[in-house]
Parts: sequence; C-alpha cells; structure tokens
Amino acid sequence: MAQATSPPDLTRETAEPTARRYSVDAAGLGRWRAGAFAAPALLLIAIFLVFPALWVLYLGLTDYRLTGTAAADPKVVGLDNFLSALGEPTFWNSTWLTVQFVLGSAVIGQVGLGFAIAWLLRDKRGPLKRIVEGLVILAWILPSAVVSFLWVALLDADGGTLNALLGTGDYAWLLEHPMLSIIVFNTWRGTAFSMMLYGAALGNVPPSHLESARLAGASGWQQLRDVVFPHIKGHILTNLLLISLWTFNDFTPFMITAGGPDGKSEVLAVHVYKVALQSGQLGYGAAVSTVILLINLVVAVFYLRLLRSKK
Amino acid sequence: MAAIELRRLTKVYPGGVKALDALDLVIPDGEFFALLGPSGCGKTTLLRTIAGLETATGGAVVIGERDVTSVQPGGRDIAMVFQDYALFPHMDVTDNVAYPLRIKKVAKAERHRRAGEVAARLGLEHLMDRRPGQLSGGQQQRVALARVMATQAQAFLFDEPLSNLDARLRLEARTFLKKLQRELGVTTVFVTHDQAEALAMADRMAVMEAGVIRQIGTPAEVFQRPANTFVAGFIGSTPMNLLDAVVRGDTLEVAGCAVPVPDSAAGLLADGEKVVYGVRPEYNAYAPKPAEGSSEGALAGKVVIVENLGASHLVTLDVNDVTVQAVVPEGSEPAVGDEGFAAPRRDRALVYRDGELVTR
Repeated sequence: MAQATSPPDLTRETAEPTARRYSVDAAGLGRWRAGAFAAPALLLIAIFLVFPALWVLYLGLTDYRLTGTAAADPKVVGLDNFLSALGEPTFWNSTWLTVQFVLGSAVIGQVGLGFAIAWLLRDKRGPLKRIVEGLVILAWILPSAVVSFLWVALLDADGGTLNALLGTGDYAWLLEHPMLSIIVFNTWRGTAFSMMLYGAALGNVPPSHLESARLAGASGWQQLRDVVFPHIKGHILTNLLLISLWTFNDFTPFMITAGGPDGKSEVLAVHVYKVALQSGQLGYGAAVSTVILLINLVVAVFYLRLLRSKK
Repeated sequence: MAAIELRRLTKVYPGGVKALDALDLVIPDGEFFALLGPSGCGKTTLLRTIAGLETATGGAVVIGERDVTSVQPGGRDIAMVFQDYALFPHMDVTDNVAYPLRIKKVAKAERHRRAGEVAARLGLEHLMDRRPGQLSGGQQQRVALARVMATQAQAFLFDEPLSNLDARLRLEARTFLKKLQRELGVTTVFVTHDQAEALAMADRMAVMEAGVIRQIGTPAEVFQRPANTFVAGFIGSTPMNLLDAVVRGDTLEVAGCAVPVPDSAAGLLADGEKVVYGVRPEYNAYAPKPAEGSSEGALAGKVVIVENLGASHLVTLDVNDVTVQAVVPEGSEPAVGDEGFAAPRRDRALVYRDGELVTR
C-alpha cells in the first residue's frame, strides 16, 4: 500500500457507504413463481404458433382434403405430396414468379426506392420532406383491402384511372402485365419501411466521414461506396432479410390479380391458397407450405451468415 | 504551399444567425495559424468555410492566389484533420492514408508506397494493417495526420486536433505537431478553444468572438498586450484581473488603493476618467508586508483562497470587496486570512478604456 504523505482530515464527516446486494434473481420471485408469470404467454404461443406449425408439417404427410372421404379419414401418404409438388410445373412456375416478385418489388423496388428517397431527403427540412414522407408512409399504413381496391380502380381496363390519365383507351394493364402490376404495386406499398429504416441509418453515418471524403474530392457515388454503404451494411442486410421474407409470403397480390390471368401472377402464397382452399387439397397445400418454410429458412440463414461475416 | 486570404468573408446561417461577419484575414505561406475563441464564436465555421464545407454568404476565400469561393471542397487543394479524425473504420491504416490518392486515381502500388513513406515518418510503419478501431487515440490522430500529409495539399486545416486526446498525450502531441508543421512548412490553420494550446503552438493567432476577430497577433503579443477586455479575459491560464479604476493624476484609484499608471498608458489618460485596470496574476507581486514599509503602489487586502498550481500558488485577495488574484511561487504562499499586498508590475499592467486597450 502506498504511504499517505498526509493524514486524512478526520474532522470532516464521512458518509456511511451504503451496502448493495446484487442477485441473479433481480425480482426475487423464485423459479416457480417466475414460471407462472411467463406461462400464459407461452401457452398462447404454443396454441397459436407452435401447434399450427407442427400441424402443417403433419398435414403435408397426409392426403387430407377439404371434402370427401379423405376429409373424414385422411391417410398418411409419406412424401408423396412433396414429390408431386416438385414434379408439378405450376409449382415451379409459382416459385419462379415469386423470385421475380421478391427481386423486383422487394430487393430492387423497395430497397432501391426506399434508400433513394432517404438519401435525397437526408438533409432536407420543411414541407417537401414532410409531404414525401407522409405520402410514402400513407401507402404503408392503409389497409390492404382498401389499397388493393384503389389499385384495381387505377389499372382497370374499363374506365381505369391510369388509362384516363394516359389516354390509352381500354388497355387491360392487369391482364397484359400482371407481374409488373403487382411488382409496382408492392413497391409502392412497402417502400415506407425501407425509407424509414435507411433514414435512421443515414443519421448514424458520421458527417465528418462524408466531409473527409468530399475534401479528398470523392464524387457522390464514391461517397456512397466508401463511406455510406460500409457504415450501413448491417442495416441493409437486416432490411433485405425482413422485406425478402415479408414479400415472399405476401398474399396481397391475390386481391389485385387473383393469381391470373392463367396463373401468370400466381406467386407461391397465392398458389398455396388456390390448391389448398380452392381445390381443397389441404395435404398437398400443407406440403407446399412446408417447402415455402424451408425456402424462407434458407434465405434467412443466408442473410444471417452475411450479417455475421460483416466484420 | 500557399497563403490563405479571406476578404470580407461573411456567413449567415438560415434563420439569420451571423456566424462570420465580414472577416478580413491574411495567413502567409507556411504559417502555423490558430483560430481561438469560446464555443459558438464562429471559429469552426470559419475553418469549414475555408475548406468549402460551408458556402460563404459573402466575401471571398483565396488560397494561393486562386479565388476558390465557389470551388467544391475537393478542388481546393487543401486537407483537413477532423476533431474525431474521420478515419474510415472498414479500411486499414494503409487504405485510410492512401484514400485521397485513390480518389485522385493514383495507381495502387504508387499510393501504397507513398502511404508507407508518410506513415513511417510518423512512426506508424508497424500498424499499417490495423483498422482504426485497433488503434489508440494518439495513433489514430497520427493516421489522420498521415492522410493529410499524403495528399501533399497546399494547406492543412485542423479542427480541434488535440481535443480527443487525454491531458498527458495532448502535451506530447502539441510538441510533435508543432515540430512537424515546422518541418513540412505547409500553411496550417487550426481551431482550438484551449488558449494554452493556441499560445503554445501558433506562429500567430486570431481571437474570435461572435463572428468577429477581436485580435490578431503572435502569442506573445496576445498574452502580454490583449487588445481588449474580451481577449484579456479569455487568454491566460489564470484570468487577468480586470478592475474598475479612476484616474487620479499619476495614479489610478483601484478598489480604494492607489497604483501607478502603467507605462503603456502613461500620458494618455485624463484626470478623473473611468477606466479598467488590467494586470495578470503572474505580473502581480504578492508580499505579506508592504515593500519598504509603505503600501504605496500595492493593493492591500485579505487572503481568501489559496489554490495550488503545482510550482506556484494562486492567491485570491479580498481588497475592499474587490477580488484580486496574484501568483505566488511555491514556499512563500500565505495562509487563508492573512493580510497581504499585491503590487502590479508597472511595465506589464494595462489600462482599457471602453473595453479597448489604451496604448500608443
């Protein structure tokens, strides 16, 4: 111990140190009572999430149907449903359309447009920024049924708003370009989330880093490449993960094109609905759902890997 | 290498805040120039306007006889060290230092060679593969300096370059920076709010207040003869005593005591005039007894506080309810409650009239 070169001034009052005890069980409930508090939530999760998921896995292995003898007495058929799905051109068609839908409306549309808007508005203030953000967010918060009807009214061949604006007569946008229609629709609908996420992310890019690049003479694109993207890489990947999965499982296109014409916009979510509930093949539909689940898992793992290798 | 000239430079922020008010300033080639002032005085805005990161509302910025007022920051041939160093976290030291060269499309081998050269000069050669996150504050600062040096720009701008370092390192970096600037001979403007830093490093300095330069001069001039009471109060590690005084012939009446009129103001004061008498605590000689048995020329009072400054003590005297401070060498410090006398040095004391220095 170091020698005190001067004795402490004992005339001053010294405060009594208050003893503090820390415990792992901060609330002091004990294991069982804590478990009792968590039980209702766990029960709800089990009933509404875990059980249906397991039920779908089971149904996928049966020939369960909505009506008829197979509805009364479903039989386990093993992997037959999966094998027939993989041999079915309509399944592959739907998968390919879903890939187009995700790449077009989520990756390119929502991420691209969302980032572009956030970047352009990053140091704007005043009414312009508020109006743009307000419109974009409005598209996001309106109920699906409402916006679907609005888009049908917009794109309809018979007196549709777009035809009236462009003077294109009775051009049937939804029949001629069904995939493009739902891609543009979903981009419009979902951009708000990406815009807000990137708006927040761009706020985290240190201004001095951008200024340092500007002083070095970096162009706008070089500033994005060397400063902005490295800083918001994590945000980009998280954003891509979330909206890829959301878009992959999105059922709203059904409300605009109903998968038609002739299956040209029948993405997987719509495909499952059609085979399971319209054709009544619940077992087959459950098998396709399981395949979708697996695809989702692969996509999620891919992004999470990227996210983890960030450093 | 280039001189920097500012002509009636004005910056008004949206909302009407006037950050720079028609500034004129010439910084000759090779000078180490400090911009000093309290927070919000406009010193950082001035530096950023020279850099082009802020656009001037009026006036001109001339670097090396080229009017760059409307030139983008990248085209001004200047380099800047930011307060937080602004090193790119995803690039190693080599890439950080070479970044401006990469933007200028210097070939990879060449820019890595130059980055290595500059880094070696700053003692960074063993850290070239590290990321900024793996470096200490002092090392990061040197990487930022290396990046600036690698650009071979005409002028360097430093924004509070030492404020992110701890106190001990700051002193080392101060000496290092001054030596480096002298060796490179590049015109350098640096911003600081620390008057000791400005006094220690700068060849010349400008003291700013509310968008206006209040004094430009060498550190010695600014310290010894502050041009106004603002500079007088701002410069110095212990603030100058600024005391209300009335002229009484050859003496000034200060806090009920009589002190001789300082040499600098001799013959310039009218009898009965109200002025401000200024003397630094360092130039205020403290004595427990009046010199030669008379209290002539000294401020007599009672010791209220004694602060230890290390090799000296700052003694605060209560002179007829006016606070007067004096610096006393170690070993002769008084005790609180003692009677004491502070005799200002005639050749160092100053007189201010309406806030401005009275001088020939």
